[in-house]
Amino acid sequence: MIPLSWYLILAAGLFSVGLYGVLSRKNAVGILMGIELMLNAANINLVAFWRYVDSDSIAGQAFAIIVFAVAAAEVAVGLALVISVYRLRKTVAADEIDMLKW
Amino acid sequence: MTALQVIFLATAAMILFSAWMVVTRRNLVHAALYLVLTLFGVAVLFVLLEATFLAVVQVLIYIGAIAILMIFAIMLTRRVASDDTVVANHNAGWAAMLAVLVFSSLVIIMGAWSQFTTFASPLTRPGVPSNELGQEIVAELGQSLVDPDAYVIPFEVASVLLLAALIGAIVVAWQKDK
Amino acid sequence: MEIWDQLGEWLANLIKTILGALNLPLDWNIVVLKLIGVVTVATFGLLLVILLTWIERKVAARFQDRFGPNRAGPFGLLQAIADMIKLITKEDITPSGADKIAFNIAPILGVVSVLLIWAVIPFSSVWFGTEINVGVLYIAAVGSFGVISILMAGWSSNNKYALLGAFRSVAQLVSYEVPLFLTLLVPVLLGRTMGVNGIVKAQDTWFVILAPLPALIFFISSLAEIGRTPFDLLEAESEIVAGFHIEYSGMKYAMFMAGEFLHAFTIAVLTAILFFGGWQGPGAAEFPLLGLIYLFAKSFVFYFLVIWIRTTLPRVRIDHMLAFNWKFLTPLSLVLLMVTALLEKAFEADALRIPVLFGANLLVLIITVQILRIVSKRQQRELKTFEPRPVAVPPPAEEVSA
Repeated sequence: MIPLSWYLILAAGLFSVGLYGVLSRKNAVGILMGIELMLNAANINLVAFWRYVDSDSIAGQAFAIIVFAVAAAEVAVGLALVISVYRLRKTVAADEIDMLKW
Repeated sequence: MTALQVIFLATAAMILFSAWMVVTRRNLVHAALYLVLTLFGVAVLFVLLEATFLAVVQVLIYIGAIAILMIFAIMLTRRVASDDTVVANHNAGWAAMLAVLVFSSLVIIMGAWSQFTTFASPLTRPGVPSNELGQEIVAELGQSLVDPDAYVIPFEVASVLLLAALIGAIVVAWQKDK
Repeated sequence: MEIWDQLGEWLANLIKTILGALNLPLDWNIVVLKLIGVVTVATFGLLLVILLTWIERKVAARFQDRFGPNRAGPFGLLQAIADMIKLITKEDITPSGADKIAFNIAPILGVVSVLLIWAVIPFSSVWFGTEINVGVLYIAAVGSFGVISILMAGWSSNNKYALLGAFRSVAQLVSYEVPLFLTLLVPVLLGRTMGVNGIVKAQDTWFVILAPLPALIFFISSLAEIGRTPFDLLEAESEIVAGFHIEYSGMKYAMFMAGEFLHAFTIAVLTAILFFGGWQGPGAAEFPLLGLIYLFAKSFVFYFLVIWIRTTLPRVRIDHMLAFNWKFLTPLSLVLLMVTALLEKAFEADALRIPVLFGANLLVLIITVQILRIVSKRQQRELKTFEPRPVAVPPPAEEVSA
């Protein structure tokens, strides 16, 4: 039998790795990948809590479905932005896209 | 150790290793392929948690759509994406510290929770035999997403969000002719 | 029948004895049994490929007025084995500049993505790899590993033709997944279950009678999914040499081919299961072996159809292919899904259910044909007033000298 703590610790680790990726990656697509890791960590938690604490209702699974939809929308718009920026500036490094700073 | 525990530990090791590769690999296509491995590992975890529908949807949406879209974007911006520039920006040290801090505080806070090491009780639904349980849960999930007393509003908002993302992505990436 | 029962019993006893001798804990026994099941289904699938290549080459040869393989063994049956020996002894080439790991994993992933489908296929009323409650969705999901394998192969080969082929195939596969998934939902609606065996059991009347158009769309978009003529742009020899597997040779190439042949047969099996009753037939519920025979008889009819289409039709142009999908198949399958859902709910458990659904499909077909006729007439009118097409004119002399 697997205790709930294993899932929670794994999700916390995955979330932290994703956080590190988001904060440290230079490439915009790399940052998006980090966000995906964090969303996945959240989903592991949602489903684990559903199974261990609240398996009589269906809330955890329904929330996870909404997270899927949000992730898909976020990636579609994010990648469209990356490609658009690449066309204009010929770069995808996030710290070189600083036109709005002025 | 039971078989389930061994499967869990192997999957967890795979997830964490490939997630680490995703954030540190210099070559972004490799990073994306490791991302696929991570997402697959999460799908395996969903199977272990008896959420088969979510496991299959995870593979369908994350691997079938999101990861492929990412690989496409990397290849379209390939001249700059796969060269040997520095992976990490100057924040990397702070980012690492913050990540460790978040992890340790999460574990400490959750460790104080009384149900931290609880075990799962068998999944049951009144009046449903065990071989039809999975079917029943999928049906329940579907019903709850269109039930006014449950999650119809988040569901509709998600659909509006997806439509907006669809239109937004087309508008942003549209290349005007000449 | 008795001999099969005895064989099964003997095998079950053998496995029980071996497991007893190993003295594992109970849950590890389950893991070992599942692994045996996986190996059995996968081996069956891969052995089938040997037969499939022979059938395909024989039938294609007949269509082209040739004999086909007829040297090795009776009727050339051993040809596939001879080919295999040749491919194994060939040099295993990894091109310079290739990404070694991705290059070597890609063909394996390609075969695995097809073999995974076989896990949920019910061969008869009691014989199936596993029964999962979201089987139809599972079939749709494992296809994405095939897409990933194509992208990996194209990218890691370090060859621009390979990459072009991979881009083309992914554009094609991802687009045709849309009508494929939409029509996959129709049997789910009609059978009221997402389990594959449940769908077969629900087909007292074959779903092709209730939903003939979705069955057709499913078959067409499956054809695009396996990338065969008329949708073989991903490996159009005259345009991009061989597509994503241009750099592969020997057994790795053979694995891509094995995956393709098996996939072609798999879509035939899926069509038979989802729309043509699967193992259902007179007496199939009592004698599982009869169900297996029914399923394979139906599947081989569709496999013959796949080969027939492959050897008869020319390749379509890439913009035509995408337009056909987005402007025709996708809207039509959306309409069909909605019509089926509404009528199925309205005529639930009604004697009129079958004629109403069939009639609705017929009506949609007539309306579609009318719309197509109007559109094609307008296009022909536009063609008549077409501007003269630009011709290659040599540039003026002074420009050339400058």
